[in-house]
Amino acid sequence: MHPAVGDRRTLTARAGVLGLQGDFAEHLATLDRLGVEAVDVRRPEQLDEIDALIIPGGESTTIGKLAQQYGIIEKLRDRAAEGMPVWGTCAGAIFIAKDVPGHPHPLASLMDVTVERNAFGRQVDSFEADLDVPVLGADPFHAVFIRAPVITRVGPGVEVLARTGSSVVAARQGRLLATSFHPELTHDERFHRYFLSLGKS
Amino acid sequence: MASQSTPDKNGSKGTWTLKTGLAQMLKGGVIMDVVTPEHAKIAEEAGAVAVMALERVPADIRAAGGVARMSDPDIIHRIMDAVTIPVMAKCRIGHFVEAQVLEAIGVDYIDESEVLTPADLKHHVDKHAFKVPFVCGARELGEALRRINEGAAMIRSKGEAGTGNIVEAVTHIRAITEGIRELSDLGLMAKLEAKAEEYRVPLELIQQVATDGKLPVVLFCAGGIATPADAALMMQLGAEGNFVGSGIFKSADPARRAKAIVEATTHFRDAKLVADVSRGLGEAMRGLSLESIPAQERLAPRGW
Repeated sequence: MHPAVGDRRTLTARAGVLGLQGDFAEHLATLDRLGVEAVDVRRPEQLDEIDALIIPGGESTTIGKLAQQYGIIEKLRDRAAEGMPVWGTCAGAIFIAKDVPGHPHPLASLMDVTVERNAFGRQVDSFEADLDVPVLGADPFHAVFIRAPVITRVGPGVEVLARTGSSVVAARQGRLLATSFHPELTHDERFHRYFLSLGKS
Repeated sequence: MASQSTPDKNGSKGTWTLKTGLAQMLKGGVIMDVVTPEHAKIAEEAGAVAVMALERVPADIRAAGGVARMSDPDIIHRIMDAVTIPVMAKCRIGHFVEAQVLEAIGVDYIDESEVLTPADLKHHVDKHAFKVPFVCGARELGEALRRINEGAAMIRSKGEAGTGNIVEAVTHIRAITEGIRELSDLGLMAKLEAKAEEYRVPLELIQQVATDGKLPVVLFCAGGIATPADAALMMQLGAEGNFVGSGIFKSADPARRAKAIVEATTHFRDAKLVADVSRGLGEAMRGLSLESIPAQERLAPRGW
């Protein structure tokens, strides 16, 4: 059920990773392993040259401010409305959520979810755990949670993909994907494949 | 920051992946020294990825003289309450109880720092024994690898803190990156073994750096950044992010300078942008020439 590495027919032609701040290099390396051409996006006009965008982990306040300053948020909203798949990991999930209580900083506000920042606590509460993610198959997905957010509300049309304990930590709305954790820090590429397949749906 | 979310019971904490992973999330960003909750808010508003909670910035520590110790936990708590970005704090080299205290307070990263007066002249803190991650300073590759071997999950080139003078920062980042290049070019196992002995670290660590062509942890720069161009310089020389101490809050307009340094760190190859953000920032911190600092008052040689 998963396409073979490098099978471009089922994967996006050209992907972008928002490269303003955070662990964008790890996402680019994962995409490279999948044989997908990927670019580091720092300017709004680059959003016209890609078919899918990943917002990496990092600090959501920093990414939000820099994205707004250089006109990326507005352009990203247009591209998402046209159907471009967008995936946010950790800070990226905060960046694409419509509702983030207590976050007065600029955000893209694309996906109908409420996200609570630093929901498990501070760095000493960061953790690794195996998750059941049915859309990825039967094998558990080893997830790395770093000062991670959780999805506390999902709007209509949002599918919950994974939980840890009772907390929602992965969800999808159409071609929008949000994960609280960092698939780019492990060597399991299933979430990247799954995201890239959304553009074909 | 109250929390009702709890992970699965089988979740593991304080792992190497989590310690190095937080540093990965800080990449491309600026970590700013702050001494009050108001400073911390200015830093967050400017786009800092984290703040270092201090009683005094390095320039004032240098001016005050005497013994510099861990900050009052009350100051650290108030700064933690003021912002949502990660908060770091410094302990003295080798002072593992200050480190235990900072871990108990709940800071997100500990800087075992030469800016404070060393507490132990033989041993750095055994950082593997902690769940909280550590960043340590280094002047060259061997020092960086010894710290990593002790458990540092992030390295910063030392520079000379509190001077507003970039020269030592440049010397140290160049020494680290050139040391890495040299390892990658060595090839022969016998030569790698000799390097392991010279650096006093396990051969496996040397082999890893030689193969990857980079440190196994994130490398930031510190100690002397005062302008957006300084910040972009360090990024072009191979830093993955910047610590800025006295350079912001000792300048004429900290909020604007902080924001400009953040933008220059992100767009470090875009000279036109660095030029734009550098315009009309007001006076930078005055700064010190290295020659004016007596050898015994230099901070970088602390640690080994």
